[in-house]
Amino acid sequence: MKAEKTKELVKNVLIYILLIFYLTPFLLILLNSFKSTEEFVKNPFALPGKMNIDNYIDAFHKMNFLKSFLNSLIMTSVSTVIIILISSMAAYLFVREKWKINNMIFATMIASMLIPFQTIMIPLVAIYGNLNLLNNKLTLIFMYAGFGTPFATFTFHGFIKGIPIELEEAALIDGCNKIQTFFRIVFPLLKPVITTIVVLDVLWIWNDYLLPSLILLSPEQRTLPLTTYAFFNTYSADFSPLMAGLILTITPVIIIYLLAQNQILRGIVQGAFK
Amino acid sequence: MFFVIPALIPFFAVVIVPFIYGIYLTFTDWDGISATHKFIGIRNYVSIFKDPDFISKVYITIKYVVFTVLLSNIMGFFLAYILTSGIKYQNILRAGFFTPNLIGGIILGYIWKFIFADVLTKVGQALNIDWLSTSILTDENRAIWGLIVVSVWQYSGYLMLIYIAGFMSVPSDLLEASEIDGATGFKKVWYVTIPLMIPAFVICLFISISRSFMTYDLNLSLTKGEPYGATQLIAMHIYQKAFSSQEYGTGQAEAIVLFFIVAIATGIQVYFTKKMEVEA
Repeated sequence: MKAEKTKELVKNVLIYILLIFYLTPFLLILLNSFKSTEEFVKNPFALPGKMNIDNYIDAFHKMNFLKSFLNSLIMTSVSTVIIILISSMAAYLFVREKWKINNMIFATMIASMLIPFQTIMIPLVAIYGNLNLLNNKLTLIFMYAGFGTPFATFTFHGFIKGIPIELEEAALIDGCNKIQTFFRIVFPLLKPVITTIVVLDVLWIWNDYLLPSLILLSPEQRTLPLTTYAFFNTYSADFSPLMAGLILTITPVIIIYLLAQNQILRGIVQGAFK
Repeated sequence: MFFVIPALIPFFAVVIVPFIYGIYLTFTDWDGISATHKFIGIRNYVSIFKDPDFISKVYITIKYVVFTVLLSNIMGFFLAYILTSGIKYQNILRAGFFTPNLIGGIILGYIWKFIFADVLTKVGQALNIDWLSTSILTDENRAIWGLIVVSVWQYSGYLMLIYIAGFMSVPSDLLEASEIDGATGFKKVWYVTIPLMIPAFVICLFISISRSFMTYDLNLSLTKGEPYGATQLIAMHIYQKAFSSQEYGTGQAEAIVLFFIVAIATGIQVYFTKKMEVEA
C-alpha cells in the first residue's frame, strides 16, 4: 500500500514539473512583456518594477493589430464555412451515387492529401501570378477551399455512410427535392463532424503563414502571422514591444481555448483517427 | 452535378492543375519571369543531385525528422501513460500540454528565440554551465537541436492526445487478466497495452513524419536557416531556390523530390506498423 502511495506521489510531482516546463516559455514572454527591454536583458526572471502596458500600446499600433485581427477573422471564418458547405455536398453525392467517376474523383482527393504544400507552391504562384490574381483576398479564400476540400470530404464521407437512407426517402415522398433533402435532413445530422472540421480548419487557417505570405502582398491585407513576421523584421532591436505583440496575437486563441477546450480537444482526436 | 461542382472547381484549380503543371516545370529552365522557357529534359534533376548544398539540406532535414519523430512520440506516449494512470485533474493537465499546438510556427519560433538567446544564456551564466552560456542558435553544430527541441515540445502535446485515446481503447478486462497472470508495470504496458494500441502508433508516426518533413514556419522565425545554412530544412531551401534565386525549374524539381521522400517514408512506416496490428 505504501509503495502504491509513493508511486502516486512521484507521478504527480513529475507531471506537474513537466507541465511547468511546457508552459514556462509562454509565462516568461508574458512576464517580460510588461518590462522594458533593459530590464528583460538584465534579468528575464525578475518581476516587473511596475505594471507597464506601454509595450502593448506600442505593439498594438505598430502591428496595426485590429486590422490584421479582422483580416485573420474574415479569412478564417469565410474559408471554413465554404469548405464545410462544398465538401459536405460533394461527400453526400459520393456516398449516394456510386458512379465510376465519383469513385475516381474521391480516390484522387484522398491521394492528394499526401502531396506536401511545397510541391504545389511554386506552380501555384506561377499560375495565379500570370492570371494577375495575386494580392487578392478572394484568391486566398478560393485556395483554402481547394486545399481544405479533400480532408473535409473524406471525413464527411465516412460519417454520411452511416446515415440510414430511409430518412431521405421519406423526405422525397413528402415532396422535398434532392437539394432540400440534403439541407433539411442530412446537413443537420452532420453536426459532430462539422465541429471536428471547424476545429481543424480554424487552427490551420488562423495560424497559416506560408500560403498567405505568397498571395497577400500588400501590408493592409496581412493576417496576424504575416503581421507578426513583418513586425519582428522591422523592429528587431526593441524586444519588449515584440513580446507584447506575441502575447496580443496569442490571447484570442487562448480565450477561445479556455471556453471550448473540450470540444477542441475532441475535434482534434476525432480528426486524427479518420 | 450541382452537389459536386463547387468542390471540384477549387480542388482541381488549386491542387491538381498546379501539381501536374509543376511536374512539367521541372523539365524546363524557366526563371519565373521570362515569357518563354526551353524544354531541357531531366537536367534539373541531375543538377540537384549533383548539388552538394541540396544534398546537405536533405541530410539536415533527415536528421531533424528522425530526432523530432522519435523524441516527440516517446514524450507524447509517456505523457499519455501518466495522464491515463488515474491521476487527478487529468483534463486540465491534458489541455495544458496541448497548448503549444494552438499557436502557429511563426509565433512559437519567436517565443523560443527569446528563450534560447536571452533566457537560457542567463541561466547558463548564473549556474556556470558552459554550453548554455552562449545561445545554441548561433552555434553551427547545435542550432539544429534548437529546432528539434521546439518541435518536440509542440508535437508531443498533440501526439499525447492520440496516445491517450489509444490507452483508453485497451479493454480493461484484458489488463485485469494480465494482472492475474502476474504481469506488472512495465511488462503490462509492453506485452498488453502497446500491441493493442498499434492504431494510435500508426497515426502518430504518420502525423509526426509528414509534418516534420514539411516544417517551414518555425524554421523561418527561429533560425532563418542560420548560422551558415546549418539549420535550413528542405522546405526552406525550395522556397529560396524558387523565390530568391529565381530558379523555378530546379526549385520545383527539389519539391518533387520532397514529395517522393515523404511518400516513401510514410508509406514504409504505415506498411510496417499496420503489419503489427493485433486483434483484441
